[in-house]
Amino acid sequence: MAEKSGADILVECLVDLGVEVVFGYPGGAVLPIYDALYNHPTIKHVLVRHEQGATHMAEGYARSTGKPGVVLVTSGPGATNAVTGITDALMDSIPMVVITGQVPTHLIGTDAFQEADTVGITRHCSKHNYLVKDPGKLAAVVHEAFQIATTGRPGPVVVDIPKNVQIATAPYRRPEPKQHPSYRPQVKADASAIDTAVEMLAASERPIFYTGGGVINSGPEASRLLRELAALTGAPVTSTLMGLGAFPASSPQWLGMLGMHGTFEANWAMNQADLILCIGARFDDRVTGRPDAFSPNSRKIHIDIDRSSINKIINVDLPIVADVESALADMLALWKQRDHKRADLAEWWARIDGWRARGSLDYAENGTEIMPQRAIADLYKGTRSAKDVIITTEVGQHQMWAAQHFGFDEPNKWLTSGGLGTMGYGFPAAIGAQLGNPDSLVICVAGDASIQMNIQEMGTASQYRLPVKVFILNNEYMGMVRQWQELTYESRYSNSYSDSLPDFVKLAEAYGWTGIRIEGPQELESGIRQMIDTPGPVIVDCRVAKLSNCFPMIPSGAAHTEMLLDPSQVAGVMSDEAKALV
Amino acid sequence: MHIQEELSERHVLSLTVSNEAGMLARIAGLFTARGYNIDSLTVADITPDHGVSRITIVTSGPPKVIDQIIAQLDRLVSVHKVVDLAEAGPFVERELALVKVAGSGEHRIEALRLADVFRAKVVDTTIESFIFEITGTTEKIDNFVNLMRQVGLVEVGRTGVVGLIRGKGPV
Repeated sequence: MAEKSGADILVECLVDLGVEVVFGYPGGAVLPIYDALYNHPTIKHVLVRHEQGATHMAEGYARSTGKPGVVLVTSGPGATNAVTGITDALMDSIPMVVITGQVPTHLIGTDAFQEADTVGITRHCSKHNYLVKDPGKLAAVVHEAFQIATTGRPGPVVVDIPKNVQIATAPYRRPEPKQHPSYRPQVKADASAIDTAVEMLAASERPIFYTGGGVINSGPEASRLLRELAALTGAPVTSTLMGLGAFPASSPQWLGMLGMHGTFEANWAMNQADLILCIGARFDDRVTGRPDAFSPNSRKIHIDIDRSSINKIINVDLPIVADVESALADMLALWKQRDHKRADLAEWWARIDGWRARGSLDYAENGTEIMPQRAIADLYKGTRSAKDVIITTEVGQHQMWAAQHFGFDEPNKWLTSGGLGTMGYGFPAAIGAQLGNPDSLVICVAGDASIQMNIQEMGTASQYRLPVKVFILNNEYMGMVRQWQELTYESRYSNSYSDSLPDFVKLAEAYGWTGIRIEGPQELESGIRQMIDTPGPVIVDCRVAKLSNCFPMIPSGAAHTEMLLDPSQVAGVMSDEAKALV
Repeated sequence: MHIQEELSERHVLSLTVSNEAGMLARIAGLFTARGYNIDSLTVADITPDHGVSRITIVTSGPPKVIDQIIAQLDRLVSVHKVVDLAEAGPFVERELALVKVAGSGEHRIEALRLADVFRAKVVDTTIESFIFEITGTTEKIDNFVNLMRQVGLVEVGRTGVVGLIRGKGPV
């Protein structure tokens, strides 16, 4: 058999695995791979401006298409710059394969130029990682890496390839699919657990579905099954930040997001429910509030493909280790087979409607300033007629306002950094999403501070003619930091003011983009219209009320029933126990 | 404000893992990253092709944390199986120690007497010293070492615990 170089074997594998886009940045230790990619007929390489950008682009691509994102970076700083994105993908369960160059094997451990212990550094921020020292093993490793990244609970996998392994040759044959000796995620639920779950659901008087990113990771069919089960049972549905879109926001059964900045009705329904069906969510601290006060009188069912998510924070009555799609399909089949009827939930819904009537997402307007909530609501309204809208966000107040005031009816349309909370995620994620969905309207909702964390990627969007829109809610603050300083430190704004902001309109022009500034409420609708109608990339500098805060809010260490609904409830100080919580 | 800690219990975990580079770092790093305790850890390959290793970890924590440790270990890609030996049924656990004692006269005679009681073997001797080899439970070795302190203990090397389920079946 003819031999191929390690670099050619890698590229051959990527073709075999159906990879169409690679986000990367060249450097000394990956030059052989870059040469193998030169003028490649099927694999498009997207040259980023910083390796962190590459990882978030891969995440945005993955989250919006359901396909794994692929990253290619050099050794040393290339790999270390990718670490934040790798960690982000681990926390949010995003399938991603990161190929890193490494110094040649005989130089490993000698502090060679651009050497870093990539497998050591990424060991605990990746789902799995490899250092490949033999070109003969490269193909099997790359195929296995994609299998691990995309199955079970998805996550990032790092493949570190020394430069001499990229050049050395070995016979190449496409590896046969084989069972991994130890990695076997449990997809199918235990039948007796499904049986118990269906009976618990049928007997419940106050059920609630608490759904998460696992529904979206499981695929579009899981979202469809969730809708079917919700329709059959009549149960209210809430979701984590990561799960938005799996259940339509336009449904009357939708309660809005739950948790720290969730709605009053979602959090009260969680607190008062007699049954929580948790589907692909993980009882994150942002969701539970004070764990010992979390939904005290409910029985809890938890469907999760990762056994370690079960009973980690909150003890549940019925664990179901399974893929969401498979478990929901089994539950639906049994529900129908038993001919269960939709229970009378009128009393439960009457209580929920009472909570809803509080209007926890309402906000006051003064007619002179743009309220950030209004900006998001108008953005939602203005994009309703667009064919397909994908929203990404950075991290902070704007992210929560987008989650609260933009309605998502379909999965894979909402891309945000939930677990790690990475400022700088949203803009590159938008670029990745646009590459995977060339015909969609992709908008990054950003803050004035977080957009600057990866703003260098404007050049990437320009280079590849990607018409992404960046909608900045500019309040000249790191708003969420300032909000916490108001809640906790008597409004001592230590370093949370965005001094020396660039002129975003001029910055847009400098990169060949279109810049739009929106300064008052009367310009909001037309500015959004102009953004959508402008071909090519656009930055909108939307000047919003500077001191608005994000409500409702469950402060640190508080229970779901102790929400702050408006600024008048803010005390300005906190106990040390509450301060110590993040 | 003071930081509170929960009561913990001791568990012996037996893992089979792929024998590959970095495996021990994965396991040890998981414990440090998530704040779990390692009281002892032993590792050696156990198959003819050197493909699989057994790692025995003695850990301690509240029951909920022990469950998490097992689930977290089990989700590592290269971990084949994780068993909490106490959960799996009656089991045998042993640890080996080398104990060096130096001295002369009564101390030397007493050290030998005690070693005999504990069924420790002499594996090295000079006119002024012994190295004893002792096998047993952690508690037995602790007791032996504590007695040796009074008769000239120099230093101790311990392997940490290995364990297997009683009866004919595998772990």
